[in-house]
Amino acid sequence: MLEVRCVTKIFNAGTVNEKVALSDLSLTLNDGDFVTVIGGNGAGKSTLLNMVAGVYPVDKGSILIDGVDVTRLSEYKRAKYIGRVFQDPMMGTAADMWVEENMAIADRRGKRRGFKWALTKGDREHYREALKELDLGLDTRLTTKMGLLSGGQRQAVTLLMATLKKPQLLLLDEHTAALDPKTASKVLEITDRLVNEHHLTTLMVTHNMKDAIAHGNRLIMLNEGKIILDISGEEKKKLTVEALLGAFAKAAGSEFANDRALLG
Amino acid sequence: MNFTNWLGTLPGVVAQGLIWGIMAIGVFITFKILDIADLTVDGSICTGAAVCAVLMTVYGVNIWVAILAATVAGVLCGLVTGLIHTLLGIPAILAGILTQLMLWSVNLILMGKSNVALPGQVYHVAVSNLEERLLQTNLTLILFVVGLIALLYWFFGTELGSSLRATGNNLHMSRAQGINTDFAKVLGLMISNGIVAMSGALLAQFSGSADINMGRGAIVIGLAAVVVGEAVVSKLSSGFIVRLLGVALGGVCYYFVFSTIVFLGLRTDLLKMFSALVVAFFLGMPYVKKRYFKKAVKGGKKDA
Repeated sequence: MLEVRCVTKIFNAGTVNEKVALSDLSLTLNDGDFVTVIGGNGAGKSTLLNMVAGVYPVDKGSILIDGVDVTRLSEYKRAKYIGRVFQDPMMGTAADMWVEENMAIADRRGKRRGFKWALTKGDREHYREALKELDLGLDTRLTTKMGLLSGGQRQAVTLLMATLKKPQLLLLDEHTAALDPKTASKVLEITDRLVNEHHLTTLMVTHNMKDAIAHGNRLIMLNEGKIILDISGEEKKKLTVEALLGAFAKAAGSEFANDRALLG
Repeated sequence: MNFTNWLGTLPGVVAQGLIWGIMAIGVFITFKILDIADLTVDGSICTGAAVCAVLMTVYGVNIWVAILAATVAGVLCGLVTGLIHTLLGIPAILAGILTQLMLWSVNLILMGKSNVALPGQVYHVAVSNLEERLLQTNLTLILFVVGLIALLYWFFGTELGSSLRATGNNLHMSRAQGINTDFAKVLGLMISNGIVAMSGALLAQFSGSADINMGRGAIVIGLAAVVVGEAVVSKLSSGFIVRLLGVALGGVCYYFVFSTIVFLGLRTDLLKMFSALVVAFFLGMPYVKKRYFKKAVKGGKKDA
């Protein structure tokens, strides 16, 4: 479903600020895989997601989605295959547009946008149904401006938008990090439901080890732009935070001293 | 000038205001929808006037064809700014300044001199400041405004139009949803400058000439009409049609205040200063409120 082949990304190459964000990284996701990605600050988690999404070009290597080489495709063209939710709840939606207008935009992801009416009556009903399933009372607020919703509500709608037109790949970049614990768990619950319902291949970056263990069928840990741990199946189900910390110390040869990773 | 005389000038003031209102609708598209301050308009309004005046006086072209040609010329001006911005990665505001400067030369070459007369007594124009034609002029302009608003309402309700609105709102989201944001910006700039050039063509007919200096400070007048119009109607409704009507009305309000000031005997040299101060006041107000009157804003934010 997703193939990342030997991807390298170096920021500020040739300067004193040179930073190897990804180093010859390879990763293959099978159809329906839900992979959680953890690692300290600067480990390359977000860079990995941004590379797959096409935010910046790769220096070396290639990226394939569903067998299609997307390495040279710009971000907006790749969007055809990818649903995304960002860390910042403000980033995933257009604040001055209505909830239903935002959804209509997401509904046409990857399609040509022409002179057809952006929002039809049928669309509206469809969106109302989808919002109802979120159980956040948003199905009565279709014509509310997105900017008036809370961060959690916005993330939930962004999730819905990312999956409204089934993506080949769902990218979640710490999408609960900016929310309070209660809202975060609600959004994660919705995430699980949508992923299972649509059988989505998913890559979820998180800072929270417990979440990384509790969700998905596979876990990878990044350090200095490399995958240092890749656990799936039964082995993942038995994982504990302590075991992860131990594994990290062993693999990276250092104490995993990132306090944010210990939260929760 | 006495009061009765001043009252007599009002139909002309309204007409002039409506023309600037049309121009302001163009500015609204870039400034409010795309979130770009596009300085191309100082040049493209004159380009529209020049194209219209030259086509009519030199080539004897029909007025409506001339207006259409002026609009197309404006669309091309917007295209240039859009390409400088998106292909060369130059900030939009600077891209607009560059095109504006290019247009100064283009406009001089188009006209062959700094002023082309287009007297309403000689040519068959659509709008004119000749007293006996003011009623017809105002009706024509109202039709222009209504037609333009209807067209824009339709366009921004389409899939393509929505993608422009999303682009102005949130670039990250738009790209993540598969919108070609560069294309959207270029298209928006083209539409905006097309409208601005059309208003330039109307202004040349109305005032009886195209002049190389007529665009100087146009963006500020357009912004003034936008901010005044938004301030006037924002309490009524946030609907798109109402907002656009407000902008057109903003142009009229602006010219009304303008003519009143002139009537009261203010030096005309100060008019541009006045325009700039009005814009600075309205654009700066939200920040000042937030920065210096934080409590007052918090208390009044119940409906947010």
